[in-house]
Amino acid sequence: MVDLSVKIGNLELKNPVMTASGTFGYGLEFADFIDLSRLGGIIVKGTTLNHREGNLYPRMAETPSGMLNAVGLQNKGVEYFAKHIYPQIKDIDTNMIVNVSGACVEDYVATAERIAALDKIPAIELNISCPNVKQGGMAFGTSCEGAASVVKAVRRVYPKTLIVKLSPNVTDIASIACAVEAEGADSVSLINTLMGMSIDAERRRPRLSTITGGLSGACVKPVALRMVWQVAKAVKIPVIGLGGISSATDAIEFMLAGASAIQIGTANFIDPAITVKVVDGIEEYLTRHGFKSVSEIVGALEV
Amino acid sequence: MKKHILDLRLTENVQLHSAYALMKFRPVEGTLPEMLPGQFAEVRISDSTSTYLRRPISIHNVVDGELWLLVRRAGEGTCKLASYTVGSIVNMVLPLGNTFTMPTDRNGRPLLIGGGVGVAPLLYWGKQLAAQGMRPAFLLGARSANDLLQLDEFEAVGDVYLSTEDGTKGEKGFVTQHSVLAEEFSYIYTCGPKPMMQAVARIAREHNTPCEVSLENLMACGVGACLCCVEDTVEGHVCVCKEGPIFNIDRLKW
Repeated sequence: MVDLSVKIGNLELKNPVMTASGTFGYGLEFADFIDLSRLGGIIVKGTTLNHREGNLYPRMAETPSGMLNAVGLQNKGVEYFAKHIYPQIKDIDTNMIVNVSGACVEDYVATAERIAALDKIPAIELNISCPNVKQGGMAFGTSCEGAASVVKAVRRVYPKTLIVKLSPNVTDIASIACAVEAEGADSVSLINTLMGMSIDAERRRPRLSTITGGLSGACVKPVALRMVWQVAKAVKIPVIGLGGISSATDAIEFMLAGASAIQIGTANFIDPAITVKVVDGIEEYLTRHGFKSVSEIVGALEV
Repeated sequence: MKKHILDLRLTENVQLHSAYALMKFRPVEGTLPEMLPGQFAEVRISDSTSTYLRRPISIHNVVDGELWLLVRRAGEGTCKLASYTVGSIVNMVLPLGNTFTMPTDRNGRPLLIGGGVGVAPLLYWGKQLAAQGMRPAFLLGARSANDLLQLDEFEAVGDVYLSTEDGTKGEKGFVTQHSVLAEEFSYIYTCGPKPMMQAVARIAREHNTPCEVSLENLMACGVGACLCCVEDTVEGHVCVCKEGPIFNIDRLKW
């Protein structure tokens, strides 16, 4: 038996496979397809201080080997989450992690504080990289100062494991990772979606109500892999890799590049049972290559 | 109702005409799970490079453990799907979404209005209404006689009224101009192009007849996780895949 367990800050994962925020609902949506307790963690839908209706329809456009989305953080707000959703998910036997977003530093802080009070949520993922909101979101994640300011403020009020989700829409993602590490982030996750666009030539109109949106799916994997590799070399905290992971081999590539754990996002839409297949595939790979622990392949890329 | 990820084998593929295929499937293993009218399947088209996401397709009928889908060749994905040969194995996630509401007045006469490939879910629903002792009326519309689909199947279940835009069959014009609409109905159900459904909704309001529509917003996950397929309702943005695809018109901002 190989050891699949992973540690991210104080967070203990039974295996490195998590689900990416916004692609797995609150986990419950997938309970018919898989045993949720087999996952290392579930990162639930982006949560903000107040209710958000999100962007207008259409919010999605299919692209070659991927999709653009412009959901715009639709959610009912942290209080609704705490009162109505948390009771339904708190006993799922995996790490239930909340993705936190905001329009200003005060929003992030208030939301993180509210979630800190929920016993069964051992970590948050700070979303400073959403490309689909006018205020906040990616605006914080595209400069070292902006990223540092949010992390610094949240770190003061949030004692549990703090993961910061980084935007790929920057010139130097490693410098942003270093900035959030310096402010006390326990881990960074990357990448969020890449800004993109799709046009319906026949109608001469954009396919998304917001014109631009976030690109995800298999097509972004090479970019994500490169960024994970760059960030993993630059920081000491554990890196969580995501971006187009659709198979165990993809997941292993991210770990070889330096990711301690991975998230599966858009691939959940194509195969709702992909997560457990990736867990099994990682175990099979480790056994076949004679590794005793998954930690042995983290950053094991030979160059 | 439990959702399944299932491999199904294509047992028959009837090319109704150049734009439509009637595809019949049986599970490779075991039996078909219970499915309700109005629900849909997310169909994987794995061998098309431009088709990354699954395609949501209405459940057209369930007959002797066989699932029928009515597929319109719209884009590359559905063209590929419609061209599969008998014996092909297709992966589906099903059943997804909600169902229609049974009328409380079992003595009344429900009207099911379909346009184009939108007739698909109405056959299975009509059968359920008939099984409850009602005699459903189907008002089916299309551009031309050639585009009217599955008429024999509908005629076996209820009274069929037809409209074609070019007048080649039934009354000339849109379904919403059909003379049968002057009659009294207990409930109206509709599926088809959005402008048609909106016109049907207006007529239902004028007659004070309860009305449900089947929406087909662009969709990714099919299970209420991605929030892409939202409809702007009186309760705000809701997922068509999970809270729909069937909506009472009172919930819509139409």
